[in-house]
Amino acid sequence: MKIALFATCIVDAMYPRVAQATVQILERLGHEVVFPAGQACCGQMHLNSGYFREALPVVENHVKTFEAGFDGGEYDVAVAPSGSCVASVKHQHAMVARWAVEKGERRADATLEARAAAVGDRTFELAQLLTDVLGVTDAAAQLGSYLPGTIAYHPSCHGMRLLRLGDRQLNLLRSVEGLDVVDLPEADQCCGFGGTFAVKNADVSSAMLADKVANICGTGAAACAGGDASCLMHIGGGLSREQRTTAGDAPVRTLHLAEVLASTREHPLTFDGGLALAGSPAGGAR
Amino acid sequence: MSSVSLGIPAVPPRGFGNISAVEPFPQAAHRELGNAQLRENLGHATHTIRDKRLRVVSELPDWQALRDAGSAIKTEAMSRLPELLTQFEEQFTARGGTVHWARDAAEANRIVEGLIRETGSDEVVKVKSMATQEIGLNEYLEERGIAAFETDLAELIVQLGHDKPSHILVPAIHKNRTEIRDIFLREMPDVDPALTDEPRRLAMAARAHLRRKFLSAKVAISGANFGIAEMGTLGVVESEGNGRMCLTLPETLITVMGIEKVLPRAQDLEVFMQLLPRSSTGERMNPYTSLWTGVTPGDGPQNVHVVLLDNGRTRALADRHGRSALHCIRCSACMNVCPVYERTGGHAYGSTYPGPIGAILSPLLTGVEAEENSSLPYASSLCGACFDACPVKINIPEILVHLRGEDVEAKHGRDAGPGGADRAGAKSSGRRRGLPTQMDVALGAASWALSSGDRLGLLEKGLPVARALAGRDGKISRLPGLGAGWTQSRDIPAPPSESFRSWWKKRQKDAPPADGDGSTRGPATGGATSDGATEGEAQ
Ligand code: SF4
Repeated sequence: MKIALFATCIVDAMYPRVAQATVQILERLGHEVVFPAGQACCGQMHLNSGYFREALPVVENHVKTFEAGFDGGEYDVAVAPSGSCVASVKHQHAMVARWAVEKGERRADATLEARAAAVGDRTFELAQLLTDVLGVTDAAAQLGSYLPGTIAYHPSCHGMRLLRLGDRQLNLLRSVEGLDVVDLPEADQCCGFGGTFAVKNADVSSAMLADKVANICGTGAAACAGGDASCLMHIGGGLSREQRTTAGDAPVRTLHLAEVLASTREHPLTFDGGLALAGSPAGGAR
Repeated sequence: MSSVSLGIPAVPPRGFGNISAVEPFPQAAHRELGNAQLRENLGHATHTIRDKRLRVVSELPDWQALRDAGSAIKTEAMSRLPELLTQFEEQFTARGGTVHWARDAAEANRIVEGLIRETGSDEVVKVKSMATQEIGLNEYLEERGIAAFETDLAELIVQLGHDKPSHILVPAIHKNRTEIRDIFLREMPDVDPALTDEPRRLAMAARAHLRRKFLSAKVAISGANFGIAEMGTLGVVESEGNGRMCLTLPETLITVMGIEKVLPRAQDLEVFMQLLPRSSTGERMNPYTSLWTGVTPGDGPQNVHVVLLDNGRTRALADRHGRSALHCIRCSACMNVCPVYERTGGHAYGSTYPGPIGAILSPLLTGVEAEENSSLPYASSLCGACFDACPVKINIPEILVHLRGEDVEAKHGRDAGPGGADRAGAKSSGRRRGLPTQMDVALGAASWALSSGDRLGLLEKGLPVARALAGRDGKISRLPGLGAGWTQSRDIPAPPSESFRSWWKKRQKDAPPADGDGSTRGPATGGATSDGATEGEAQ
């Protein structure tokens, strides 16, 4: 299958290794990955902040870029390593197109709503694509995924509630050889990111983050895995700050689902020259 | 346009009363977050009720179908509102009651005061009601020499403590039992000075205090959970029996009901009497459900009135993207599951309606261009827990985003264009047209950069420069301006030296995809080891 990768802006600019890992996984399964060069961002930050007018060109660019490849037969589906961005593509793009028409915006395009919906229909979150389309149920057997250690898993809100991913990400993580996924208390609670919410309501956001960080640290896991780089950046930023004041502990990392799945016996995920979860108690035992 | 067929005036009047924030949400939240006692009480209370709700909801195999039914009935009621209200008035009047129409809080208060005066009484007992909280009836009457006694236990605590409710169902959720005992000792004239903080004893003290009021009161004031159009029947759902006392003992009964509470048929109660108790208190069945239809000679109140309250509801109804907020049955499930409410409590929202529903309903009633409510739609991380919990499926996150859009437009004097010209109040002088904020500038620039792969790619060439911002530990821990909100509790990893886009381009050049299967599985993707492009870790 030919698969278009929508890297998402945050992964493209801040976490390229997550997109690289996504490419590895898909190619390992024998699929061809295409990176449509015109892509940039889903526009979610603008949309969720109420800046619909500013979101419109971002959405237009996404729709135009991806529909061209669909129409030209360059790929069959698109995938993004983010539940949140996929939810925006699936649900919000048509909404902002409709908004522009209703408001009589200068840029309004009556065809955009249907085109956005068509692109949305063929766009998948990574775990969704792997599970529902590519039939991956056992990451160790089908992808050779191997990562010794213990992790906690945070199911991000938009994947959980807007895409209804259910246990897809968790099940994939559980099927990684050597990996122990421990229960995270209050896992379904928001980490407090919420885009510009984190700066507009920084105090409440920080209070939510503090509880998430405490819950993660309480599990004793060496890392917290998730499917959204943005939430992981938020949680990771809190973990990093926390450790600054509680020196001595091994740093608790955040890992993207794609990185975990891409890790193999031959090429295990490493950081700073060591195994990614080297500090993990289970990691030492295996 | 649909608003014409609904009989909605071109610019529906805004609501007034206790439906406005008193200060911007972030500021109020900051203060409330500092109250450790409040956070402990709230954390405990919301978690208990969450678990209870989940348990009783999961018992019902048809819960989702019930939610769909509740949503459908409310949608029908709102689309037939003028007709249903007229029908309700006819039926209520035919059975001996009197119907009054109130445009806003001031008018409703005046009507109620007049009705009390006619009885010659200067004391009323009250059943817990959101509508009378909303219009500030107690304060209004007090200023005019009429004493209103709350009879719901939690409302009594709040009233005796000269406090404001912080939760729509558990108004004293922010108080623990020791605080309650202290309030009783201070405020109840003939309370036992040896009163302990044992819940049973507290309830007994309140009971003794209230019993005298029930037996002597000539006038009762209530709200209503439902008004059944086909029969002219009003309904109150409560769990202490105080409502039943108020609704049956006094001679005069005055009910203040928001116009959105009307339901077409008695049969509709079947759905709501399953949805409401399970969503609100986590109970399978509601303890006291009182329904009354006009006057029954020789039985119960003989002088029965209802005040139908608009106070911005027509305005909310005119907003096609926000109108479903009027479907709310005030169960409080959304606030119980809300991570923001859990930490700030209800007072931070200013309005009678706190939590997620308050963050949309208050601005819808006043108009989001009312400065005081313009920060409420941002009081959410859009996690979606409220939408999942709502028994009538109000898509609160979507309405929050819609209202943010309205706020941005109102604030910055954006011309809505031809389609927006008839929007209520959109062109009125009340709009705050201001200079661009930091957020405007930042998001404006981001829009330019993020609407083209070339432009984003060009900017990403600056990543190595941004990398230099990081400290020796590879982290950015202090940013100026808006970014300071982020770095107050969070580091940012040093950006990578190369974007994915740039890495991909090189890789394609090194190993151009040939025709045929698997050709792009080149050596470039050998392992997951972090390479030069990926030092930026999430930490
Ligand atoms: S919005 Fe929904 S969940 Fe919240 S109080 Fe109203 S009915 Fe209940």
